[in-house]
Amino acid sequence: MDTLLSSEGDSQRTQYPYVTGTSIIGIKYKDGILMAADMGGSYGSTIRYKSVERLKQVGKHSLIGASGEISDFQEILKYLDELILHDNMWDDGNSLGPKEVHNYLTRVMYNRRNKFDPLWNSLVIGGVKNGQKYLGSVSMIGVHYEDDHLATGFGNHLARPILREEWREDLSFEEGVKLLEKCMRNLLYRDRSAVNKLQIAKITEEGLTVSQPYSLKTFWNFAAFQNPTVGATGSW
Amino acid sequence: MLTKKGLKPPGYLKTGTTIVGVVCKDCVVLGADTRATAGSIVADKNCEKIHNMAPNILCCGAGTAADTEAVTDNISSQLKLHRYHTGRESRVVTALTLLKSHLFRYQGHVSAALVLGGVDVTGPHLHTIYPHGSTDTLPFATMGSGSLAAMAIFESEYREGLTRDEGVNLVTKAICSGIFNDLGSGSNVDICVIEKGKTEYLRNHLTPNPRTYISSKGYTFSKKTEVLHTKITPLKELVDVVQVGGDAMEE
Repeated sequence: MDTLLSSEGDSQRTQYPYVTGTSIIGIKYKDGILMAADMGGSYGSTIRYKSVERLKQVGKHSLIGASGEISDFQEILKYLDELILHDNMWDDGNSLGPKEVHNYLTRVMYNRRNKFDPLWNSLVIGGVKNGQKYLGSVSMIGVHYEDDHLATGFGNHLARPILREEWREDLSFEEGVKLLEKCMRNLLYRDRSAVNKLQIAKITEEGLTVSQPYSLKTFWNFAAFQNPTVGATGSW
Repeated sequence: MLTKKGLKPPGYLKTGTTIVGVVCKDCVVLGADTRATAGSIVADKNCEKIHNMAPNILCCGAGTAADTEAVTDNISSQLKLHRYHTGRESRVVTALTLLKSHLFRYQGHVSAALVLGGVDVTGPHLHTIYPHGSTDTLPFATMGSGSLAAMAIFESEYREGLTRDEGVNLVTKAICSGIFNDLGSGSNVDICVIEKGKTEYLRNHLTPNPRTYISSKGYTFSKKTEVLHTKITPLKELVDVVQVGGDAMEE
């Protein structure tokens, strides 16, 4: 039975991720898209790299954020680079928008998965083209969809409930950033691979900006945590 | 052998439930959803996950229903006997120690993850107890498969010195987050408020998933069928039994 499953010499079966990035959160807001990601690259259980840019521009209209294996993300950026280059070479005044990039990536991810050699990432593509806001997600097995708010990794469990409660169609930029920071703070508290150094990216019709890295204020001084067992002698 | 093929043994089982607890100013508020699952089937749409340990101590249970039920009943009996013996109100640490020793003795095979809360002479207390017997003392706690969804609400909205009503609202919000974002949790919200000298069990405090019918009258047929002809045939006919000859019962 074993030989049946692992035949063909060195068939590349499921890999293992080595250097990984944690969650990405993306939301649509009044003027466009906002995405947030921290800058951590974990090597197993150590936080090895603390300045990994996981939000990158793609062409004129889109932004891609990736969680999962960082080397696979770099490979994806190479593919996208080629894609945009060929698009530019047509020199026809058209440029690929976020919807097209999303579709291209879906095909890439799904085809790799079918060959049992996935790119170990969960991607979020966001952008604005001709006034249309677009926010889509692709996973490493090729599952893709678009929505008003997205999260990958731990963000699925910790950020989605908050986004479902508090997201609105007409968020202003400040409100959007506050909502993202609320989610990122939650992840900081409860995701072991999160680091307190994050970037927020904004895309509107006018263009794209990725903020400088900054850190969130956290609160660890609840009285109950200072001396937890003060009233309950005999417990821990 | 299977681990060589890449099979990861299941970590610890967080079975379908969202249970939470919060310590407010002088009271403890416990909350739970009401869905019991057997695999992917909802076995009970409105079960009770908040168990009585003592008049002033209650315990929410996640994990195998039989285990949580049995272990809370057992320790509840032990606490009652202890109350008769000492003549005093039970303390939360007593329940805590009895539960954790029991679970540790069974080395995690009793799959019960509990949120224990109560108010005794030493004040309000809230603890979490894990299947292997470890415990935490916390101002806010969540357990079960919906614990992350509920914890997201707690981490963003918990403040110190909550009043009773604020506590109830926060717990309701956290359980609703579990109900709507976790597949293992659902149906209604049960709340329990424990204060010094008073325990309020708000069963089905919120029912955000009611059974709805399309029309209140059921189905109505739009057109009445025309009656063309009526013939009535009685099913029972009265007959006279005539005795011809010989005995009545003969033949």
